[in-house]
Amino acid sequence: MKEMWKGNHAIAEGALRGGLQFYSGYPITPQTEVMEFLSFRMPELGRHFVQAENEIAAINMVFGASATGLRSMTGSSGPGISLKQEGISYLSYNDLPAVIVNVQRWGAALGTLDSSQTDYLRDTRGGGHGDYRIIVWAPNSIQETVDLLYEAFEKAEEYRNPVEIYSEAALGQMMEPCEMPEFKERGYDLEWSWDGTDRDHERVDMDQKPIHHTAKFKKIIENEQRWESINTEDAEYVFVALGLPSRVARDAVKRLRSDGEKVGLIRPIAIWPYPKKAFEELPEGIRGFLSIETTDMGQHVEDVALAVKKGFKTNIPVYVHATNQKMPKVKEVIEVYRQLKAGNLKEAF
Amino acid sequence: MAVARKIPKIMEEPTAFCAGCGHGILNRLIAEVLEEKGQEKNHILILGVGCNCNMNFTWGGDKLQCAHGRATSVARGAKTGRPDTLIISYQGDGDAYVIGLSDTINTAYVNTNVTTFAVNNTNYAMTGGQMSWTTIPGQHTTTSASGRDCESTGNPIKVPEIIAQNFDVAYVARGSLHSAKEINKTKKYVRNAIEAQLNGEGFSLVEVLAQCPTNWKVSTVDANEWLKDKVVPIYPLGEFKKREGRDDK
Repeated sequence: MKEMWKGNHAIAEGALRGGLQFYSGYPITPQTEVMEFLSFRMPELGRHFVQAENEIAAINMVFGASATGLRSMTGSSGPGISLKQEGISYLSYNDLPAVIVNVQRWGAALGTLDSSQTDYLRDTRGGGHGDYRIIVWAPNSIQETVDLLYEAFEKAEEYRNPVEIYSEAALGQMMEPCEMPEFKERGYDLEWSWDGTDRDHERVDMDQKPIHHTAKFKKIIENEQRWESINTEDAEYVFVALGLPSRVARDAVKRLRSDGEKVGLIRPIAIWPYPKKAFEELPEGIRGFLSIETTDMGQHVEDVALAVKKGFKTNIPVYVHATNQKMPKVKEVIEVYRQLKAGNLKEAF
Repeated sequence: MAVARKIPKIMEEPTAFCAGCGHGILNRLIAEVLEEKGQEKNHILILGVGCNCNMNFTWGGDKLQCAHGRATSVARGAKTGRPDTLIISYQGDGDAYVIGLSDTINTAYVNTNVTTFAVNNTNYAMTGGQMSWTTIPGQHTTTSASGRDCESTGNPIKVPEIIAQNFDVAYVARGSLHSAKEINKTKKYVRNAIEAQLNGEGFSLVEVLAQCPTNWKVSTVDANEWLKDKVVPIYPLGEFKKREGRDDK
């Protein structure tokens, strides 16, 4: 049965349904409701909640809890996720699963509390030091947030690598009808986990690390691309958008289609690994791509350009409509499209 | 009567520390206590960053290398995952008292049932001997070339005293490794700290003053004297927080 859920509460409950056993976090707007909810819900379910003294301690507690076999999660917003980056790098390098939730706010430094996607490049490139990546999923509804969280711990354990849920302030703060899945738990011991007996942690020698990790990430790139394509079969122009702006883009596509315009939409669900396969299956004859995103200078558009370069032999122009901390409007997207088609828009790539 | 020299199984691999370094002695003390308590297959050593990274290749028990300064936070997570396993953080003074001061203090503040061994050799030894918050007044290091000026860099930090005087923890002590007598006392502190955790009494911390002849630029023999004459007078030895209902005099 569907019930009304606030996005951040749904993140908390969805993670619990997926088997979350340990959470450690620190308050930050617009993510705080996740930890508030977990602070009473986890003891109720006999699980472990820790309010940490800072973000760095939180991610390192997750490191210890994950190593000893608990399904572990931390969450924050942009500035807090910056503080966690060293820990995320350690998790990936040590092949430890964990789930990280980023309910993004706009901007560098303190920024503002507005909804935005300005952490795109950091989060999709690993974020911390070293050549590693984490799986990043960008839901565009509360139901999808829950469904992805429900799967996140298993995916993290399958590849022994962190998984991030890339949410946005508005998605965390709004309410939508949502169906919660049944509670599930792993139910078996991760045989590589640390239990004090000095058993085999299935780790590779230092000199084998680059080979081991490259193989791990290649496998993820091959198997874990996810996207949704709408009206792309005969499209001449393709919008590319993720998260909440993708809902605006979808509505704009619908309106333009009813006016006879041949437009389509690619919505990446995984933003790392980026769904390049979505571009490879597009028809011939596409005249332009438009990335619609809530960043300042355009970040996601870089991945669009890379995917277009890989998917097509010709040099198809890639445009960006970046709206900073403001959600784009359908009318605005339609107007941008008309300007683009008329040749009045400067291409980004 | 001949007595067989028994090396703890955990210590079978030779340590990789410099000649005359105190770490090897402390490794041995911890290994002996773990064996005495039957914990050689029931502990996880959470390794900080510094000279103790060498133990990744020599320590014959379970171990987990973590980020610089974060060993106590990692220990808190690990204790949640394995409440019946001994969780021990093994850190240097730079790791536990400088970059990780917040983690160490906060773990004591919440009194998590884990044990921290902090090796104080008054410098950042792994990186070649820089000044630490524990560096003694006037001590020459590569970042206090004219001798530590406490006016501008602060006085030697005494974390065991801070913790014992302010937080409700199970056990706090400071030992030294400059003589057989002090090594024996330090072993008693190590034993108390581990017993405290086994009994679920709460957070235990043992600071161990250790020789660092390489970075003190003295001989391995002189390092013992250096430790006794220059370091011990600044850092009082003994138990600062005894275990409840126990008085091991």
